[in-house]
Amino acid sequence: MSTQAAETSVRNDVVVEAPIERAFSVFTDDIDSWWPREYNLLEVDIAERTFEPREGGQIYDRGVDGSECHWARVLAYEPPNRIVFSWDISPRWEIEADPAKTSEVEVRFVAESPQRTRVEVEHRNLDRHGEGWEGIHASVSTEGGWAYTLQSFAARIQT
Amino acid sequence: MHARPVSANLPFVQTYEADGWSALGDQTRRAIFTRLADRPSAVGDLARELPVSRPAVSQHLKVLKDAGLVLDRRRGTRRIYQLNPKGIAALRADLDRFWGKALVAYKAAVEQSTKEDS
Repeated sequence: MSTQAAETSVRNDVVVEAPIERAFSVFTDDIDSWWPREYNLLEVDIAERTFEPREGGQIYDRGVDGSECHWARVLAYEPPNRIVFSWDISPRWEIEADPAKTSEVEVRFVAESPQRTRVEVEHRNLDRHGEGWEGIHASVSTEGGWAYTLQSFAARIQT
Repeated sequence: MHARPVSANLPFVQTYEADGWSALGDQTRRAIFTRLADRPSAVGDLARELPVSRPAVSQHLKVLKDAGLVLDRRRGTRRIYQLNPKGIAALRADLDRFWGKALVAYKAAVEQSTKEDS
Protein backbone atom coordinates (compact mmCIF):
# COMPACT_ATOMS: atom_id res chain seq x y z
CA MET A 1 0.00 0.00 0.00
CA SER A 2 1.31 3.41 -0.87
CA THR A 3 2.27 5.48 2.11
CA GLN A 4 2.29 8.92 0.58
CA ALA A 5 -1.38 9.56 0.89
CA ALA A 6 -2.04 10.36 4.50
CA GLU A 7 -0.05 13.48 5.15
CA THR A 8 -2.09 16.46 6.16
CA SER A 9 0.72 18.99 5.83
CA VAL A 10 2.83 20.46 3.10
CA ARG A 11 6.39 21.51 3.87
CA ASN A 12 8.69 23.64 1.84
CA ASP A 13 11.85 25.57 2.42
CA VAL A 14 14.07 27.96 0.58
CA VAL A 15 17.49 29.47 1.26
CA VAL A 16 17.85 33.16 0.54
CA GLU A 17 21.04 35.21 0.32
CA ALA A 18 20.06 37.82 2.88
CA PRO A 19 20.29 38.47 6.61
CA ILE A 20 17.51 37.04 8.74
CA GLU A 21 15.99 40.46 9.48
CA ARG A 22 15.68 41.18 5.76
CA ALA A 23 14.23 37.74 5.07
CA PHE A 24 11.62 38.31 7.76
CA SER A 25 10.67 41.81 6.68
CA VAL A 26 10.30 40.91 3.01
CA PHE A 27 8.04 38.00 3.93
CA THR A 28 5.81 40.20 6.08
CA ASP A 29 6.08 43.95 5.36
CA ASP A 30 6.81 43.43 1.68
CA ILE A 31 4.41 40.54 1.10
CA ASP A 32 2.90 42.54 -1.73
CA SER A 33 6.17 42.38 -3.64
CA TRP A 34 6.22 38.63 -4.11
CA TRP A 35 3.00 36.81 -3.13
CA PRO A 36 1.63 35.51 -6.44
CA ARG A 37 -0.93 38.02 -7.65
CA GLU A 38 -2.90 35.48 -9.62
CA TYR A 39 -4.07 33.94 -6.34
CA ASN A 40 -6.74 36.56 -5.94
CA LEU A 41 -10.07 35.87 -4.27
CA LEU A 42 -11.49 39.29 -5.10
CA GLU A 43 -13.61 39.89 -8.15
CA VAL A 44 -11.38 42.75 -9.22
CA ASP A 45 -7.62 43.18 -9.50
CA ILE A 46 -5.65 43.62 -6.30
CA ALA A 47 -4.49 47.14 -5.57
CA GLU A 48 -2.64 46.29 -2.40
CA ARG A 49 -1.90 43.34 -0.16
CA THR A 50 -1.27 44.02 3.53
CA PHE A 51 0.31 41.99 6.33
CA GLU A 52 -0.54 43.52 9.72
CA PRO A 53 2.63 42.97 11.75
CA ARG A 54 1.23 41.82 15.08
CA GLU A 55 -0.44 38.85 16.68
CA GLY A 56 -4.15 39.28 16.10
CA GLY A 57 -3.49 41.16 12.88
CA GLN A 58 -4.72 40.06 9.48
CA ILE A 59 -3.43 39.52 6.02
CA TYR A 60 -5.77 41.00 3.48
CA ASP A 61 -6.08 42.19 -0.08
CA ARG A 62 -7.70 45.39 -1.18
CA GLY A 63 -9.09 45.51 -4.69
CA VAL A 64 -8.92 48.39 -7.11
CA ASP A 65 -12.57 49.15 -6.29
CA GLY A 66 -11.89 49.29 -2.54
CA SER A 67 -13.32 45.86 -1.73
CA GLU A 68 -11.33 43.78 0.74
CA CYS A 69 -10.60 40.12 1.18
CA HIS A 70 -9.32 39.03 4.59
CA TRP A 71 -7.84 35.60 4.11
CA ALA A 72 -5.53 35.07 7.07
CA ARG A 73 -5.31 35.81 10.79
CA VAL A 74 -1.87 36.35 12.27
CA LEU A 75 -1.61 33.85 15.12
CA ALA A 76 2.02 34.44 16.07
CA TYR A 77 4.39 37.26 15.20
CA GLU A 78 7.94 36.83 16.51
CA PRO A 79 10.43 38.85 14.45
CA PRO A 80 12.80 37.81 13.04
CA ASN A 81 12.30 34.13 13.81
CA ARG A 82 8.77 32.94 13.32
CA ILE A 83 5.26 33.72 12.17
CA VAL A 84 2.09 31.65 12.16
CA PHE A 85 -1.04 32.58 10.30
CA SER A 86 -4.34 30.89 9.60
CA TRP A 87 -5.29 29.92 6.07
CA ASP A 88 -8.93 30.94 5.78
CA ILE A 89 -9.15 29.73 2.22
CA SER A 90 -11.11 26.66 1.24
CA PRO A 91 -9.72 24.01 -1.08
CA ARG A 92 -11.73 25.68 -3.83
CA TRP A 93 -9.88 28.94 -3.29
CA GLU A 94 -12.80 30.67 -1.63
CA ILE A 95 -12.92 32.36 1.75
CA GLU A 96 -13.66 29.91 4.56
CA ALA A 97 -15.74 31.65 7.21
CA ASP A 98 -15.64 28.83 9.76
CA PRO A 99 -12.31 28.94 11.65
CA ALA A 100 -12.75 25.28 12.54
CA LYS A 101 -12.32 24.47 8.87
CA THR A 102 -9.13 26.41 8.31
CA SER A 103 -5.55 25.22 8.21
CA GLU A 104 -2.49 27.14 9.34
CA VAL A 105 0.92 28.11 8.07
CA GLU A 106 4.04 28.33 10.21
CA VAL A 107 7.07 30.11 8.78
CA ARG A 108 10.42 29.76 10.51
CA PHE A 109 13.49 31.85 9.70
CA VAL A 110 16.86 30.31 10.51
CA ALA A 111 20.14 32.19 10.06
CA GLU A 112 22.63 29.95 8.30
CA SER A 113 25.19 32.77 8.25
CA PRO A 114 24.99 36.55 8.67
CA GLN A 115 24.13 36.83 4.99
CA ARG A 116 22.14 33.65 4.43
CA THR A 117 18.77 32.58 5.82
CA ARG A 118 16.79 29.39 5.49
CA VAL A 119 13.04 29.88 5.44
CA GLU A 120 10.91 26.89 6.32
CA VAL A 121 7.20 26.80 5.59
CA GLU A 122 4.88 24.24 7.09
CA HIS A 123 1.27 24.39 5.92
CA ARG A 124 -0.50 22.03 8.29
CA ASN A 125 -3.83 20.72 9.53
CA LEU A 126 -5.05 20.43 5.97
CA ASP A 127 -7.50 17.80 7.13
CA ARG A 128 -9.53 20.52 8.82
CA HIS A 129 -10.64 21.70 5.40
CA GLY A 130 -12.76 18.64 4.78
CA GLU A 131 -14.27 15.82 6.76
CA GLY A 132 -13.45 13.37 4.04
CA TRP A 133 -9.91 13.03 5.18
CA GLU A 134 -10.65 11.77 8.65
CA GLY A 135 -10.77 8.16 7.67
CA ILE A 136 -7.49 8.22 5.84
CA HIS A 137 -5.38 8.60 8.91
CA ALA A 138 -6.75 5.45 10.41
CA SER A 139 -6.03 3.28 7.43
CA VAL A 140 -2.92 4.52 5.72
CA SER A 141 0.52 4.67 7.21
CA THR A 142 1.96 8.16 7.14
CA GLU A 143 5.61 7.25 6.82
CA GLY A 144 7.36 8.52 3.75
CA GLY A 145 5.12 11.50 3.11
CA TRP A 146 7.51 14.17 4.27
CA ALA A 147 10.47 12.75 2.49
CA TYR A 148 8.55 12.64 -0.74
CA THR A 149 7.39 16.23 -0.46
CA LEU A 150 10.79 17.60 0.47
CA GLN A 151 12.43 15.75 -2.37
CA SER A 152 10.02 17.19 -4.87
CA PHE A 153 10.62 20.67 -3.51
CA ALA A 154 14.35 20.28 -3.54
CA ALA A 155 14.13 19.27 -7.17
CA ARG A 156 11.92 22.22 -8.01
CA ILE A 157 13.98 24.83 -6.25
CA GLN A 158 17.25 23.66 -7.75
CA THR A 159 15.93 24.05 -11.26
CA MET B 1 -34.37 -3.09 4.79
CA HIS B 2 -36.48 -1.79 1.93
CA ALA B 3 -37.52 1.29 3.88
CA ARG B 4 -34.30 3.08 3.07
CA PRO B 5 -35.09 6.36 1.29
CA VAL B 6 -34.30 6.56 -2.35
CA SER B 7 -32.59 9.79 -3.32
CA ALA B 8 -34.99 11.21 -5.83
CA ASN B 9 -33.45 14.65 -5.61
CA LEU B 10 -29.82 13.76 -5.51
CA PRO B 11 -27.81 16.99 -5.61
CA PHE B 12 -25.67 15.71 -8.38
CA VAL B 13 -23.57 18.08 -10.39
CA GLN B 14 -22.66 16.70 -13.78
CA THR B 15 -19.97 19.17 -14.61
CA TYR B 16 -17.67 18.83 -11.67
CA GLU B 17 -14.14 19.76 -12.39
CA ALA B 18 -11.88 16.78 -11.99
CA ASP B 19 -10.90 18.18 -8.66
CA GLY B 20 -10.64 16.19 -5.48
CA TRP B 21 -11.57 19.00 -3.15
CA SER B 22 -14.75 19.78 -5.06
CA ALA B 23 -15.72 16.13 -5.23
CA LEU B 24 -15.53 15.94 -1.45
CA GLY B 25 -17.81 18.96 -1.07
CA ASP B 26 -20.79 16.62 -0.92
CA GLN B 27 -21.75 15.00 2.38
CA THR B 28 -22.67 11.61 0.93
CA ARG B 29 -19.48 11.45 -1.07
CA ARG B 30 -17.48 12.23 2.04
CA ALA B 31 -19.27 9.38 3.79
CA ILE B 32 -18.46 7.01 0.93
CA PHE B 33 -14.90 8.22 0.85
CA THR B 34 -14.47 7.72 4.60
CA ARG B 35 -15.83 4.16 4.35
CA LEU B 36 -13.47 3.35 1.51
CA ALA B 37 -10.62 4.64 3.65
CA ASP B 38 -11.60 2.02 6.20
CA ARG B 39 -11.79 -0.80 3.67
CA PRO B 40 -12.26 -1.42 -0.05
CA SER B 41 -15.91 -2.10 -0.82
CA ALA B 42 -18.36 -2.97 -3.56
CA VAL B 43 -21.30 -0.72 -4.50
CA GLY B 44 -23.71 -3.03 -2.70
CA ASP B 45 -21.70 -2.90 0.53
CA LEU B 46 -21.79 0.89 0.52
CA ALA B 47 -25.50 1.05 -0.32
CA ARG B 48 -26.26 -1.20 2.61
CA GLU B 49 -24.36 1.01 5.03
CA LEU B 50 -25.57 4.38 3.80
CA PRO B 51 -29.05 5.88 3.49
CA VAL B 52 -28.82 6.19 -0.27
CA SER B 53 -29.82 3.97 -3.14
CA ARG B 54 -27.45 1.75 -5.03
CA PRO B 55 -27.71 3.84 -8.23
CA ALA B 56 -26.94 6.94 -6.16
CA VAL B 57 -23.87 5.28 -4.69
CA SER B 58 -22.75 4.39 -8.22
CA GLN B 59 -23.14 7.99 -9.31
CA HIS B 60 -21.14 9.28 -6.37
CA LEU B 61 -18.44 6.71 -6.99
CA LYS B 62 -18.20 7.89 -10.57
CA VAL B 63 -17.60 11.46 -9.40
CA LEU B 64 -14.96 10.31 -6.94
CA LYS B 65 -13.35 8.18 -9.63
CA ASP B 66 -13.36 11.02 -12.17
CA ALA B 67 -11.71 13.23 -9.56
CA GLY B 68 -8.97 10.66 -9.16
CA LEU B 69 -9.87 9.94 -5.56
CA VAL B 70 -10.87 6.31 -5.91
CA LEU B 71 -9.94 3.37 -8.09
CA ASP B 72 -11.96 0.32 -8.97
CA ARG B 73 -10.92 -3.17 -9.93
CA ARG B 74 -12.77 -6.32 -10.83
CA ARG B 75 -12.74 -9.21 -8.43
CA GLY B 76 -14.69 -12.12 -9.86
CA THR B 77 -18.11 -10.77 -10.68
CA ARG B 78 -17.79 -7.83 -8.30
CA ARG B 79 -16.24 -4.44 -8.79
CA ILE B 80 -14.32 -3.31 -5.72
CA TYR B 81 -13.66 0.36 -5.01
CA GLN B 82 -10.74 1.65 -2.98
CA LEU B 83 -9.00 4.96 -2.37
CA ASN B 84 -6.53 6.07 -4.98
CA PRO B 85 -3.38 6.96 -3.04
CA LYS B 86 -2.19 9.20 -5.86
CA GLY B 87 -5.53 10.99 -5.86
CA ILE B 88 -5.19 11.88 -2.20
CA ALA B 89 -1.73 13.14 -2.88
CA ALA B 90 -3.23 15.35 -5.55
CA LEU B 91 -5.18 17.22 -2.91
CA ARG B 92 -1.94 18.25 -1.32
CA ALA B 93 -0.23 18.86 -4.62
CA ASP B 94 -2.25 22.02 -5.23
CA LEU B 95 -0.84 23.72 -2.13
CA ASP B 96 2.52 22.13 -2.78
CA ARG B 97 2.56 23.86 -6.15
CA PHE B 98 1.40 27.12 -4.67
CA TRP B 99 4.17 27.26 -2.05
CA GLY B 100 6.81 26.20 -4.51
CA LYS B 101 5.86 29.07 -6.76
CA ALA B 102 5.42 31.58 -3.94
CA LEU B 103 8.82 30.88 -2.42
CA VAL B 104 10.63 31.19 -5.72
CA ALA B 105 9.06 34.66 -6.07
CA TYR B 106 9.87 35.41 -2.43
CA LYS B 107 13.53 34.48 -2.89
CA ALA B 108 13.77 36.75 -5.92
CA ALA B 109 12.21 39.62 -3.97
CA VAL B 110 14.51 39.19 -0.98
CA GLU B 111 17.64 39.03 -3.06
CA GLN B 112 16.55 41.90 -5.25
CA SER B 113 16.05 44.16 -2.25
CA THR B 114 19.38 43.05 -0.80
CA LYS B 115 21.14 44.12 -3.98
CA GLU B 116 19.35 47.42 -4.06
CA ASP B 117 20.49 48.20 -0.55
CA SER B 118 24.10 47.19 -1.01
